[in-house]
Amino acid sequence: MTVYLKPPERREVFILDDAETDPRYGWRPEERPVDVYLRYAAINLDKPVGPSSHEVVAWLKRILGIEKIAHAGTLEG
Amino acid sequence: MNKSIKVLPVVLKEDKEYVVVMRLHGDVDDERLERVVSMFKGPIYQRPPLRSAVKRAIRVRRIYDIKIWERDGRNVLMQVWCEAGTYIRKLCHDIGEILGVGAHMQELRRIRSGSLNEDEHRATLHDVVDAYIFWREQGLEEPLRRYFIPVEYTVRHLRKVYVRDTAVDAICHGAPLTVPGIVRVEAGIKVGEYVAIMTLKGELVALGKAKMRSEQILSAKRGIAVKTDLVVMDPGTYPRAWRSG
Repeated sequence: MTVYLKPPERREVFILDDAETDPRYGWRPEERPVDVYLRYAAINLDKPVGPSSHEVVAWLKRILGIEKIAHAGTLEG
Repeated sequence: MNKSIKVLPVVLKEDKEYVVVMRLHGDVDDERLERVVSMFKGPIYQRPPLRSAVKRAIRVRRIYDIKIWERDGRNVLMQVWCEAGTYIRKLCHDIGEILGVGAHMQELRRIRSGSLNEDEHRATLHDVVDAYIFWREQGLEEPLRRYFIPVEYTVRHLRKVYVRDTAVDAICHGAPLTVPGIVRVEAGIKVGEYVAIMTLKGELVALGKAKMRSEQILSAKRGIAVKTDLVVMDPGTYPRAWRSG
């Protein structure tokens, strides 16, 4: 288990209102039906050393058939 | 992917943590090594290298923390917590310069990018493709849900503002978030910082810039609390309210 230098955060939440949410609309993220789940999904990719991030994105687009994929930063060596 | 891409402008600027092996080109005693390495905590100057996508102007980046885990002769195992866009290769080079013996970056691994770290939901290409194929061909959802994570996980470190259902659709259309629409607010929000606008189900609606501090949001009865910037949720997910939130 990795030790991280950034200290864990503890957050206080203030409640202004005891409003509830309507179960007819939206979903808890984990409960989204798969097609919706994929629409709002990301992956934490352990990228292999060889190919560039651009190549990996192009490859994933082809294999998964998903048109919109981007990557969030390459390893700035 | 898809709608999650909307959060990229914020995610790309997140702080990072790396584990790095720096190789010294000469011998240095432990005490001097510790002393010089700790000098690099705080702001440092860097110019992007020749092979870089960004403009090669000198810029300031912050090293929030550096820790030497282990040292084996000329190999030094370190962990670095730094601002996005910090060149670790250059950092190792500069540490070597100050030590006088020279050094280079031997190996680098990014272990955290914002709220995504290497312990959680890490997937290899094989995992991702297999999971997708299992779902497409056999209808198996579980692997897919293990390796594909909700966009909400990628902005976990941002402070959150929770809105009532009737305020959601207007925000999906880019409307600013006003105080009456807010049901819960996390402490510590400062003006100008990016916050995550969430539904009470924990869905990410949009990212926005805070126009009020947490305390102001608590005491105000009206006014714009957050300026909506990057909308993630599709309009129509929640019904359009006939009056604003």
